[in-house]
Amino acid sequence: MRLTCPLCGERDRREFYYYGAEDYLHRPAEGASLAEWDNYLHLRDNPAGMTKDLWYHEAGCSQWLLVTRNTVTHAIAGVELVAERKTEQKAGRAK
Amino acid sequence: MRYSGLKVITEGLFGNKGWTPAWRDPAPKAEYDVVIIGGGGHGLSTAYYLAKNHGITNVAVLEKGYLGGGNVGRNTTIVRANYFLPGNSEFYSHSMKLWEGMEADLNYNVMHSQRGLINLFHSDGQRDAFVRRGNAMINQGDDAILLDRDGVRELLPYLDYDNTRFPIYGGLLHPRGGSARHDAVAWGYARGADQRGVDLIQNCEVTGIDVEGGVVKGVQTTRGAIRAKKVAIIVAGRSSQVAAMAGMRLPIESHILQAFVSEGLKPVINHVISFGMGHFYISQSDKGGLVFGGDLDFYASYAARGNLPMVEHVMEAGMTLMPMIGRAKVLRSWGGIMDMSPDGSPVIDKTHIEGLLLDCGWNYGGFKAVPASGWCMAHLMATGNSHEYASKFRLDRFATGHLLDEEGTGSQHNLH
Ligand SMILES: Cc1cc2nc3c(=O)[nH]c(=O)nc-3n(C[C@H](O)[C@H](O)[C@H](O)COP(=O)(O)OP(=O)(O)OC[C@H]3O[C@@H](n4cnc5c(N)ncnc54)[C@H](O)[C@@H]3O)c2cc1C
Ligand SMILES: [Zn+2]
Repeated sequence: MRLTCPLCGERDRREFYYYGAEDYLHRPAEGASLAEWDNYLHLRDNPAGMTKDLWYHEAGCSQWLLVTRNTVTHAIAGVELVAERKTEQKAGRAK
Repeated sequence: MRYSGLKVITEGLFGNKGWTPAWRDPAPKAEYDVVIIGGGGHGLSTAYYLAKNHGITNVAVLEKGYLGGGNVGRNTTIVRANYFLPGNSEFYSHSMKLWEGMEADLNYNVMHSQRGLINLFHSDGQRDAFVRRGNAMINQGDDAILLDRDGVRELLPYLDYDNTRFPIYGGLLHPRGGSARHDAVAWGYARGADQRGVDLIQNCEVTGIDVEGGVVKGVQTTRGAIRAKKVAIIVAGRSSQVAAMAGMRLPIESHILQAFVSEGLKPVINHVISFGMGHFYISQSDKGGLVFGGDLDFYASYAARGNLPMVEHVMEAGMTLMPMIGRAKVLRSWGGIMDMSPDGSPVIDKTHIEGLLLDCGWNYGGFKAVPASGWCMAHLMATGNSHEYASKFRLDRFATGHLLDEEGTGSQHNLH
């Protein structure tokens, strides 16, 4: 399996550290309920098919990546920079 | 039909014409007292103990493929009772005792072989941790022997003791640990359950779970609707999909674990050897193949095959530990889909839906648990109460913080 990092290009899977599902991008607000924290930390959709998850380009540019891929075929549909996503979200909120 | 040595001899003399199928192939009935989703080791042992221990025989096991086609027939068959956390320790200890009586109980040869498991250590700190683990095993009533470097060398003369990165300091020997024939375990429980009246229904995929007013009513399958008073989800790597049919989101992430077998060789490895620092373990099957494996591929996956980096890593670790195996040829490799929980321990519990129960989260270590999981799950289904040996395998323990983190690495999906 190879991932195409938006900064570094197509690289071997061994350059990346797998962190987990996209859920980690949706950290509950301080003071959120126990159920919300449980949902964020432990509960997962765990789909057999398309999923989005977080990878860290450890042996490359050190960027966090949001990868869209198929868990059954291992086909990669897209790789985005988490940092850019966050900037967009902030810009969106400012409007 | 009872199996025996005499039966084998007489059948051999008369052309083996008298054998009958080991279980029936019934059509599903419209209703059962209990429906078990998943015909793997845990589903089959649950059905067996429901019938044997609790007299509940109006039971169906629904399997989407064939019995034993999942992880129970894909694992590397290590059977051990070397856990130390209260909650795990007594459970695996009980499982080991059930293993020791399994063949007589099932009247089935599962080739259970207590050849001894040796976990290697490579530093003073690791030795301390292993002493602690060994003491916990002894306190639980099981067996553990600390071997120094020479002690290991006597048993395993072919290891590379002077590896620069991980020199071998010694090992923890668990004499009652060993292996078994995985398919036979599935078949033995299947036959035992069938003989007690359980319907084993293959090629029957569950596609929906019927819930009315918070109470389970039955399941939808590729062979029609089946009503049931109680339904158990026991589907290992597919737990999230099946639980989602009842609107549940589980603390499970499915990962791939690979394994390998070499061509058949003369007896050379007499124990099960685990080289934790290299993420490598190995044993030799009775057919002669070296059976070995390593760690997860380490990303969520449902492909029952792995990627090449882990193949390379496992081969490297094997060569580092015992250079002699470099001359053997790898025959096959495969993967299984593991139901990984955040703390590395399983769940045997009720759900918020009345009559719907869950047995999952076996990670990469559920083969050794097949007997005790079935025993405790059957107890829970029959009595409504957790069995004392499985009382900590709660579904809500992540929310409440009552974790069972045997490795001490934390409660996060990518850490086990
Ligand atoms: C390579 C490898 C090595 C391993 N090594 C060891 C080891 O050395 N020691 C050890 O203790 N453990 C080991 N394990 C782990 C062990 O194999 C598993 O934890 C255990 O087998 C899981 O329980 P099971 O047998 O019930 O699962 P499975 O055999 O996977 O049973 C689940 C069944 O559910 C069925 N199913 C799924 N969805 C549906 C549906 N919708 N409808 C109907 N049926 C469905 C599946 O087809 C499957 O047959 C290993 C696993 C692998 C893959
Ligand atoms: Zn990069």
